[in-house]
Amino acid sequence: MGLMRDVPFETMSGVLVDPVYGEGPYPGEYPYTRGAYPDMYRSRLWTMRMFAGFGTATDTNARFREILRNGGTGLSTAFDMPTLMGRDSDSAWARGEVGHCGVAIDTLVDMRDLYAGIDLSKVSVSMTVNGPAVILLAMYIAVAEENGWSPNQLSGTIQNDILKEYQAQKEYIFPPRPSMRIVTDMIRYTAAEMPRWHPISISGYHIREAGSTAAQELGFTLANGFAYVEAAKAAGTDVDTFAGRLSFFFNAHSDFFEEIGKFRAARRMWARWMKQRYGATQQRSMLCRFHTQTSGVSLTAQQPEINIARVAIQALSGVLGGTQSLHTDGYDEALALPTEKAARVALRTQQIIAHETGVANVADPLGGSAYVEWMTDEMERKAEAILTHIDELGEGSMLEGVYRGIEEGWFVGRIADSAYRFEREVHAGRRIVVGVNAFTEGDDDLNTLRISAEVEKAQRNRLDATKRARDGAAVEQALADVAAAARDPNVNLMPAMIEAVKIHATEEELTGTMEKVFGTYVETAIF
Amino acid sequence: MVKTAVHDTPIRVVLAKLGLDGHDRGVKVVARILRDAGMEVIYLGLRQTTESIVSAAEQEDADAVGLSMHNASHLTLAPAMLEAFEAAGLEVPLILGGIIPDEDEAKLRKAGVAAVLGPGASAADVVAAVRNTVSA
Repeated sequence: MGLMRDVPFETMSGVLVDPVYGEGPYPGEYPYTRGAYPDMYRSRLWTMRMFAGFGTATDTNARFREILRNGGTGLSTAFDMPTLMGRDSDSAWARGEVGHCGVAIDTLVDMRDLYAGIDLSKVSVSMTVNGPAVILLAMYIAVAEENGWSPNQLSGTIQNDILKEYQAQKEYIFPPRPSMRIVTDMIRYTAAEMPRWHPISISGYHIREAGSTAAQELGFTLANGFAYVEAAKAAGTDVDTFAGRLSFFFNAHSDFFEEIGKFRAARRMWARWMKQRYGATQQRSMLCRFHTQTSGVSLTAQQPEINIARVAIQALSGVLGGTQSLHTDGYDEALALPTEKAARVALRTQQIIAHETGVANVADPLGGSAYVEWMTDEMERKAEAILTHIDELGEGSMLEGVYRGIEEGWFVGRIADSAYRFEREVHAGRRIVVGVNAFTEGDDDLNTLRISAEVEKAQRNRLDATKRARDGAAVEQALADVAAAARDPNVNLMPAMIEAVKIHATEEELTGTMEKVFGTYVETAIF
Repeated sequence: MVKTAVHDTPIRVVLAKLGLDGHDRGVKVVARILRDAGMEVIYLGLRQTTESIVSAAEQEDADAVGLSMHNASHLTLAPAMLEAFEAAGLEVPLILGGIIPDEDEAKLRKAGVAAVLGPGASAADVVAAVRNTVSA
């Protein structure tokens, strides 16, 4: 056993408790149903990673520092919609959107301010960005290097899960196949240069938020995971050199035991498939380590304070399910990005679970419960049926199955069906949502965060100044180098990208350069 | 275009996501709700522009246009949509749905938005809003 946290592992009444109870395989043992590590939260609590981003880089930097001062142990960056879609703040597409859903980043100048004064060699940083992830990762590396940190000192995660964009979140730019080339380049680059970095966070979260069931979230997410493994293997990378750096991101919704069953089944299924189908031999390659976020879509605009209770219960399911890190939503999320107060209450909720409830003293405390074990099996059975279907779609290739499911609208159709079924159940009163279709007395107004229109103006001016001050001819050459790298599938895109961002090529210039080579994805609109 | 109070033919609604916002769970559920209520729904999908929506509303002879907005860009984009309708000489009611704070509703109504369906709207509210708007 490793080093334990310096706290008494006893109940409030002084009863000493063991690290684990019940039957094996124990936590840390294949197939890891009961947990990724033997000691779980006895040795190290989950990372309390609060997602934040709004306004300008300077605004978000202040919120980051506030989170770290308040005991947050990791950072998670939310970008605004233009940034997520590869557009600059001065684009016509950006009108009314700059700084609204996250922080606006156009060039390295913004990235510098975003992480100013934060020791990137110590704090792990997550960046939620997918379509243009390669550009943002290049900017992050460039900022770190300016501060004297080399890529191998950086720890963190870039979401970079492009497949679920076509299925659920819809922040794609290029078509699926060239996008997978970019993802594969990033997996290979980080495997070689950034051993502490997670090049991809395979995300069920957005699939669930878009309307899927828990079993669909599990099945679709694992299928995407296997697709990345197949793509990286096809590019000639040995499975054990990268699989240990893959991480996952799940949703913690309101059906308490179903969620816990889902988390436990995810670990078991990933381990079994990685070992049996993909020939992984290292333990790390079989471990499904995951981040959890409470469910934004479950929160209500009505009586928003009661969302604090929803978030607490959802967060507890993530902890009992063995998550490695956790974001708790602000109670005002159905209305806006969280205010500082809402974000603080959400972090405090995690701290109560960690330090007051005693649940962190024992690994997999629900293991052996007849109901929890049955639910785990049931989630696995339903998700395996989904995987079988996708494997058949791809005629024995999960990667081809996922491509085909995207091309034929199979994923979006299944998700829309589930979302509609839920809505009908609420409408018919078969499903109670407190404050919405029952117990509706007591709705109060709430102060919410509003982003001033000044942000857009300021950001445009800033971008304009950056463009004027840079060496235009050098930028042209750097963009041509990126285009050349994009055209040659045998060249990794990352080095050319890093050189281009260093001399202040903008995000949109780089996106446009790649679109010329890779094309632009347009979804068929179905409902 | 003059609208009569009683429709002999089904109400035709064009739904769209204007701009970069990718949150499409709500608009797809609304599309099915309206379809189940007997309306003809034309869903344009994501990343639409004011021009593409004007053109679809004209071609589809829409009785109403519904935009779904979840990115707090409604105070910019809704007036832009109304200006585009006006410039095209199109008299079609604009309905907004999504994450729209209560305090913005008055501003939007004043600007010419026919109805606003915030995060608390039920399926029945959605159907009623479209019917009332079209027969108004």
